[in-house]
Amino acid sequence: MESIGVLMACPMNTYLEQELERRFNLFKFWTVSDKTQFLKAQQNNIRAVVGNATAGADAELIDALPKLEIVSSFSVGLDKVDMVKCKEKGVRVTNTPDVLTDDVADLAIGLMLAVLRRLCESDRYVRSGKWKKGDYKLTTKVRFTGKTVGIIGLGRIGMAVAKRAEAFSCPINYYSRTEKPNLKYKYYPSVVELASNCHILVVACPLTEETRHIINREVIDALGPKGVLINIGRGPHVDERELVSALVEGRLGGAGLDVFENEPHVPEELFGLENVVLMPHVGSGTVETRKTMADLVLGNLEAHFLNKPLLTPVV
Amino acid sequence: MDNNSNNIIVLMVCPVSNYLEQEIEKSFKVFKLWHFEDKEQFINTHKDSIQAVVGSAAAGADAELIESLPKLEIVATCSVGLDKIDLARCKEKGIRVANTPDVLTDDVADLAIGLILAVLRRICESDRYVRSGEWKKGEFKMTTKFTGKSVGILGMGRIGTVIAKRAEAFDCIIGYNSRTEKPNLNYKYYPNLIDLASNCQILVVACSLTEETQHIVNRQVINALGPKGVLINIGRGLLVDEHELVSALLQGRLGGAGLDVFEHEPDVPEELIGLENVVLLPHVASATVETRKAMADLVVGNLQAHFGKKPLLTPVV
Repeated sequence: MESIGVLMACPMNTYLEQELERRFNLFKFWTVSDKTQFLKAQQNNIRAVVGNATAGADAELIDALPKLEIVSSFSVGLDKVDMVKCKEKGVRVTNTPDVLTDDVADLAIGLMLAVLRRLCESDRYVRSGKWKKGDYKLTTKVRFTGKTVGIIGLGRIGMAVAKRAEAFSCPINYYSRTEKPNLKYKYYPSVVELASNCHILVVACPLTEETRHIINREVIDALGPKGVLINIGRGPHVDERELVSALVEGRLGGAGLDVFENEPHVPEELFGLENVVLMPHVGSGTVETRKTMADLVLGNLEAHFLNKPLLTPVV
Repeated sequence: MDNNSNNIIVLMVCPVSNYLEQEIEKSFKVFKLWHFEDKEQFINTHKDSIQAVVGSAAAGADAELIESLPKLEIVATCSVGLDKIDLARCKEKGIRVANTPDVLTDDVADLAIGLILAVLRRICESDRYVRSGEWKKGEFKMTTKFTGKSVGILGMGRIGTVIAKRAEAFDCIIGYNSRTEKPNLNYKYYPNLIDLASNCQILVVACSLTEETQHIVNRQVINALGPKGVLINIGRGLLVDEHELVSALLQGRLGGAGLDVFEHEPDVPEELIGLENVVLLPHVASATVETRKAMADLVVGNLQAHFGKKPLLTPVV
């Protein structure tokens, strides 16, 4: 398969890169200065694209690669892949579901605890030497156990978050496109109603045209000055400008954010706030999970080029 | 309570919370020991009037204090830990002791899980990475998965049990060490702490501090936990040989640590301040608005019960 051209959209994982280089004819898109020229020159060679949460295969790229057969995403989210165009052109698409579910759910809980219990702020308090000067005044630290958790999107990740939160005696409410049968969690038919009926709101749905800015001013106001927003989905799920002004003005109690609209840029107004915890998109970023994800990408590509069934096809 | 209750004198030995002070002052006359420069002189002057002592994890009633207060009837601590109270002496002298169990169990367990996630997933370090602008220069490093890891719990009391229940939701394999094996528990019992440490990736210290358990987490235990192991201490600083812990972390013999307590609070070994594989908290495991109120109410409730000649709410002795 060393002659098969694979285009890697951006740097994502050293092990994956090395393996792709070993097994295929790998092109690293980010090392190319004139991308248009490059695509013209290589359009008959590239049969696969490997993308991730940052960059994938949009309509323009797909159109520029007439020999494209498969897009294998190093992520579960497919918002960077033009799915309609892939379907249209018979291009297969794979992602990395399941293997990252636990890590993302773990981080959601970690963010909840970090925000409510002010873990990062407290750690800073010790490291700065302030503890020696006085006890940490905990006027704003709030118990996690028993708080109502609202989940937007009760897919694999949403369910894993719910299972963990239940162990902390949190009542679980959710919003989803359709109500799920046989669940002990309470369904709310709109995000605003869900936000009005929970203390901690978690974004765990896919990013699509419909869910862009699903967290808007109305939802944020409904969540309120004691409410906490946790985003482990995609930055564009949240109207970031509205989120920032709500936090700065105290209309929202706090936020734990792993994703942002324009990564790696994070609104600087957030840096001065103690009621937020900011992560550099690390939801699936453990050694164990990234290796498993990489193996799934490689496994899907090999299956495709050996005419075997794909391991985790989406299209 | 009768009208004379305001004559009962309570000695608070350390600051706890404004709320607790206000509530005690509603029913009792309060002396705050930390307001007096010459503590010895103060005690000498008031020793025959002090009938109750209120303490916390920071300070309680040692033999010396108990001996100097002949009218002492009750020690009420705003903590579940009793290591700052000379229980033997209290028993000897018929002095009642009350603490604040149960109301803080969930918060302490939540913090233990929070520390585990913060250490393994480098939550505080990542937050620093973003705030400092480093993310613009490159991706953060990969961290370690929590789900499915083996968690060893030292001390399977109220707090240990609740920690185990939460860790189970993360598919963790639970093992424990305790003075005696607990019946009907689905977790593996290790009669030897070193064996527990050898067989878990995350060791959580959740036992009481007594003479027997001082430095129970020593060099051998730390070495058994190993270069990929993580120590979480939500018990008492003295349960861990801090000197050994620091050198193990510096030398890479221990993978990481999440610490809410230290041997000489509020002093934290300087060497830890520069480490990225530790999370350091200022003894805040029960420090939520809800729980601190519940603890204070229990302290006041115990005092009122005692002086109202009713059964104590949460007696220890």
